[in-house]
Amino acid sequence: MTTWMLRRLIQAAFVMLVMTVIVFIGVNVIGDPVEILISPEADQAERARAVAALGLDKPLWEQYWRFLSGALQGDLGRSFVFNEPALKLIAQRMPATLELAITAVLLSVILGIPLGLYAGLRPNSIGGRAIMGASILGFSLPTFWVGLMLIMVFAVQLGWLPSTGRGPTRELFGVQWSFLTWDGLRHMAMPALNLALGNIALVLRLTRAGVRENLPMDYVKFARAKGISPNRVVFVHVLKNILIPIVTVVGLEIGGLIAFAVVTESVFAWPGMGKLIIDSINVLDRPVIVAYLMMIVLLFVVINLIVDLLYTVLDPRVRLETKE
Amino acid sequence: MSDTTLEVQGLSTHFLTRAGVVRAVEDISFSVGRGRVLGLVGESGSGKSVTGFSVIGLVDPPGQIVRGKILFQGRDLTKLDERELQDLRGNRIAMIFQDPMMTLNPVLRIDTQMIETVLAHDNVSREEARQRSRDALGMVGIPSPDERLVSYPHQFSGGMRQRVAIAIALLHRPDLIIADEPTTALDVTIQAQILAEVQKLAREVGTALIWITHDLSVIAGLADDIAVMYAGRIVESGSVAEVLDRPMHPYTHGLIGSVPSRNARGTRLRQIPGMTPSMLNLGPGCAFRARCARADAACAADPPQSAPSAGRTLRCFHPQLEMTA
Repeated sequence: MTTWMLRRLIQAAFVMLVMTVIVFIGVNVIGDPVEILISPEADQAERARAVAALGLDKPLWEQYWRFLSGALQGDLGRSFVFNEPALKLIAQRMPATLELAITAVLLSVILGIPLGLYAGLRPNSIGGRAIMGASILGFSLPTFWVGLMLIMVFAVQLGWLPSTGRGPTRELFGVQWSFLTWDGLRHMAMPALNLALGNIALVLRLTRAGVRENLPMDYVKFARAKGISPNRVVFVHVLKNILIPIVTVVGLEIGGLIAFAVVTESVFAWPGMGKLIIDSINVLDRPVIVAYLMMIVLLFVVINLIVDLLYTVLDPRVRLETKE
Repeated sequence: MSDTTLEVQGLSTHFLTRAGVVRAVEDISFSVGRGRVLGLVGESGSGKSVTGFSVIGLVDPPGQIVRGKILFQGRDLTKLDERELQDLRGNRIAMIFQDPMMTLNPVLRIDTQMIETVLAHDNVSREEARQRSRDALGMVGIPSPDERLVSYPHQFSGGMRQRVAIAIALLHRPDLIIADEPTTALDVTIQAQILAEVQKLAREVGTALIWITHDLSVIAGLADDIAVMYAGRIVESGSVAEVLDRPMHPYTHGLIGSVPSRNARGTRLRQIPGMTPSMLNLGPGCAFRARCARADAACAADPPQSAPSAGRTLRCFHPQLEMTA
């Protein structure tokens, strides 16, 4: 177990290192921030001063080296635009995105698994077919369009929910959260649902496929032959078997939802990381882009680690060797 | 209580598929007494397993019991609702499946799978349920049952898993056990051990046993009575000694003839010519006639069930009385 953890951590560190190279070269290719940051009227001397101040006069390998040694000390550079540490900027925006993404994941599990179970157990019923039909819409409708429609219906026509923003927040563990206030929850309802829609469909279809695959198996018939209740057969015997693929997908989706909530955050003017990264790309604020991407890589690495650990809880056959 | 644990009368189980009706089991009757072992023999697809699942009420759709009675201790199981069947399953009637690698849930511990079976039918404490599970494991010859209880199925060999499945079937000391080819997937030495244990249990506890198999040598050593199935019908039945020593149906002759024996070394193994017919839209007449050397025009009609001697049944117009040596 310890060896396994150690090996995984070394792998993770290596992935992070490779990513720094890719990201650093990548942002240097997409454009010159000097053109955007410095006013067109500036003369050559002012321009040279600004370039030197940003450290952009150095050769690329030296810039990279300075970034890397800074990163090892927890400093991912200062934003060109805000002149603040990039990490601080991201940390300020992170709670908003986190609570949105986590709510979306919870929604997709709470709605997706029961609907998928129903559709799997009654594949030929009207309800089962309706769920499967609707799930195709959940997949294929573009997020921005669904977001706009939600605003149209619930904010404009019915006036039930606020259309944009985060609403009032309350502090917990030194961070501002909006799920702690009723109005904050009302603000979160639409963007969270919007973000969750595709995932509800995904979890639902996975659950249904798992149920269809597992029901004809001998162990189900044997469980029924033991005379245990149909509920126990489904919720203990079958569900535990189909949770494995669901955990994999949900784990990866958490990362995806946090990293790429950009569209939803833009539609609902949600002040999260997604909006920050879009704004930063627009002005080529390199340190923020790099810091953001590094954060996301770290996030995926951690999530994958957690998913691997969860496997061992769910499936005894992949349980890690504790002996030796 | 009467001595007959199970009496099946005129049972027909059909599968109503899109391609047509599959008469998997057609008008079969048999009975099993307390402490008796009935061997249900036939080729793959002859309807043996469907018969077993019909008795325990677990025929999967589109299959359904269309006719007949299944009298278990006098109660007709075909008239019971799902809830009443659930109370009987695992409790008074237990089943053991063919493939031990597939019957236990891979992600649940053995104790979970055993204790839930105890608690499903008896209102006892978890601790007592665990105790009973442990005793059952010990009874089927699993060493150090306490440790094994907290294991997962993949930590057992195939033979051990089948013992666990048998232990689960025995938890409530059922009146009837349906064993669907339970030793087919095991190697011979383990097969012999399990057979001996099952036989002992049937004698001691008075459990009636339906042993489904295609292996005549198993039946010869284990069963009291035998019913030979072909294409969904019981073509011949009777006591093991009678049927195996003096078979009458040409199909039974064929089955016995195709068991390899030691003294026929070097000679070609005898086989029954042809294949089992497709069960889909099987027409009238003896289903075996296409493969039967004795068939003639009369066999195009359904052979009625006759009783050539006491306790024996036969469905054949042209019984073969002499042995094919």
